[in-house]
Amino acid sequence: MSAQAGTFFIEGIAFWAPTLPGWPLARAAFRGEAEPLAVAAKRPAPELLAPAERRRAPDTVALALEVAAAAVRESGRAADALPSVFTSAQGDLGVNDYMCATLATQPMAISPTKFHNSVHNAAAGYWTIATGCREASTALSAFDASFAAGLLDAAVQCQADARAVLLVAFDVEAVGALGSVTASKGLLACAMVLAPSANERTIAAFEWSLASGPTQAPAYRSAAARTLAGNAMADALPMLEAIAIDAATSSEQVPALALRLSRNLAMVLEPAAFAAGAAEAGR
Amino acid sequence: MPQPIAPLRISAYTATTAAGPGKNALLAALRAGRTALTPNDFGPSPLPTWIGRVAGLEAAPLPTALADWECRNHRLAWLGLAGDGFIEAVLAARVRHGAARVALVLGTSTSSIGATEDAYRALDAAGEFPADNRNPLVHTPHSLANFVHHALDLAGPCVTVSTACSSSAKVFATAERLLRLGLADAAVVGGVDTLCGSVLFGFNALQLVSAEPCRPFDAERSGISIGEAAGFALLERGSGGDASLQLLGYGESSDAHHMSTPHPEGLGAERALDDALARAGIDASRVDHVNLHGTASAKNDEVEASLLARRFPARTHAVSTKGVTGHTLGAAGIVEAVACLLAIETGWLPAMVNTRTLDAACGPQIRVGGEQGEVRIAVSNSFGFGGNNCVLVFGDAGAGARS
Repeated sequence: MSAQAGTFFIEGIAFWAPTLPGWPLARAAFRGEAEPLAVAAKRPAPELLAPAERRRAPDTVALALEVAAAAVRESGRAADALPSVFTSAQGDLGVNDYMCATLATQPMAISPTKFHNSVHNAAAGYWTIATGCREASTALSAFDASFAAGLLDAAVQCQADARAVLLVAFDVEAVGALGSVTASKGLLACAMVLAPSANERTIAAFEWSLASGPTQAPAYRSAAARTLAGNAMADALPMLEAIAIDAATSSEQVPALALRLSRNLAMVLEPAAFAAGAAEAGR
Repeated sequence: MPQPIAPLRISAYTATTAAGPGKNALLAALRAGRTALTPNDFGPSPLPTWIGRVAGLEAAPLPTALADWECRNHRLAWLGLAGDGFIEAVLAARVRHGAARVALVLGTSTSSIGATEDAYRALDAAGEFPADNRNPLVHTPHSLANFVHHALDLAGPCVTVSTACSSSAKVFATAERLLRLGLADAAVVGGVDTLCGSVLFGFNALQLVSAEPCRPFDAERSGISIGEAAGFALLERGSGGDASLQLLGYGESSDAHHMSTPHPEGLGAERALDDALARAGIDASRVDHVNLHGTASAKNDEVEASLLARRFPARTHAVSTKGVTGHTLGAAGIVEAVACLLAIETGWLPAMVNTRTLDAACGPQIRVGGEQGEVRIAVSNSFGFGGNNCVLVFGDAGAGARS
């Protein structure tokens, strides 16, 4: 059961971690051509949000909007024309810690804003509001396979409806008592636009399929990726490494990538050739 | 506009709500026009409101083999799966297609956050979770789908959709795409949400909780009543004969307006409706019944009443069933999908329980009384925080045939 299910073409890609704030540096670090920053960058302040919201936004919202905006900018597409898939293993752990701690001590003091920010689709909501996007958006979770599950959903939408789709993946650090059960370190976010055909903005392409059988935890190829492995969205790193390392070296034999979806199912990605500069009809 | 989809067969379905375990308990309450809401007695310091509480969960521990997953949400999931022979239907599908070919897509808003809240009330001396409530697989948004995946021994794609109150409506859309691309041959969809402090005190902070049983679309409505529920459906390709129930279409959209208030003109909701009708290949004149989102919040009902009045014929019978079950949040999509399927199967068009005087904004579509009729096509609306909308279209065999 690994017949090819489809092909997607990545147009824009974005990345943010405190020591790798931005795709150009992350790409270089994954290729072993640059070092992560010695001093961590401050949390991003997405320009899409009004100044007051920029400060108040939960970490997940700030991260997600930063990478979503960067990926869409790179793709050259209009943000309000893209359906979106937001995925996060744990959601906003800071807001969850606040909610549970406040409920334990003074439940009547719950902040209404924190409550509506506690929904798993808060980042998707802020994104669609900030960009005026009325397209479908979803918010997913699949524990340690959350990136793979989000990628699968985006690839399925792209293939089923022949439309470009925005994928946004993020997780933040566990805080408070939640840290005793949730081991997520640091901030990590990435975003990409998946399109059903190639155009002049295409930077990578993958044929994909599902494969049954025992799956393995992801293996990282770079020291830079290993430094981020403690984040709950770390299952995004092998694909990002593949894009950084292999996309420019299509002459070499590039291995397939098996992203673990569950203990017995993987999403298999095979790097595919694409005609750079191909015009996309109907763009 | 999206292209029409091939209808999917709904080969089994069930719901467990405050009305009782299984779809017949819900049907009995709908037929009798009886609310299942009761005064709030949940948690250590209950707010003065009414809730839709599923009886008996406290005395219904998970089987020993699943004990590691203990929490109220999984107890309700397990009770829900036992309804209407649903587990047997899934096991038969697993034999028919193979475990790897059965997808699982479940919706939840809060998953098992209630267990996390419990842990915060019982932290140990080091400020950490107590030893008996420390399973990382429970304190995470994916716990529900992961639990059901494990309990039913499935091996296909498995994901949690968590878009607040549209969660377990959107699962039908996610599953339809997986089936359309041949990535699975069957899909278990559904959702579970349980009562917890986060939603009771959170909605209270937003001043959306009513002190009386909720009265959807009533001129004097005063807010929502929160409920808990579990519901599931089994989807497969093919029409499956004359008597079968079908998913005909779905539409998903965003309001792009506000995190917790609907778009004042219902533009997002209307877009989801347009897409759902387009995928079903029908227009609104053919819709016999609408199960409204109808939370009994001032704003939702005003916007939704206006949408119904401008888009549906006068003969369409539209009600909210939240006066029976309460607003079951992330489970509302599947519970109200089940209510639509019951309407198609029985022809019973439910009353709007607790509602006495309709708001002047309501057109002739929105009804207080129930009646016997014929339902070929039913629509369910689900609108969530973040402006996340989903509309589903169900029908009996042949209802979606293009004319």
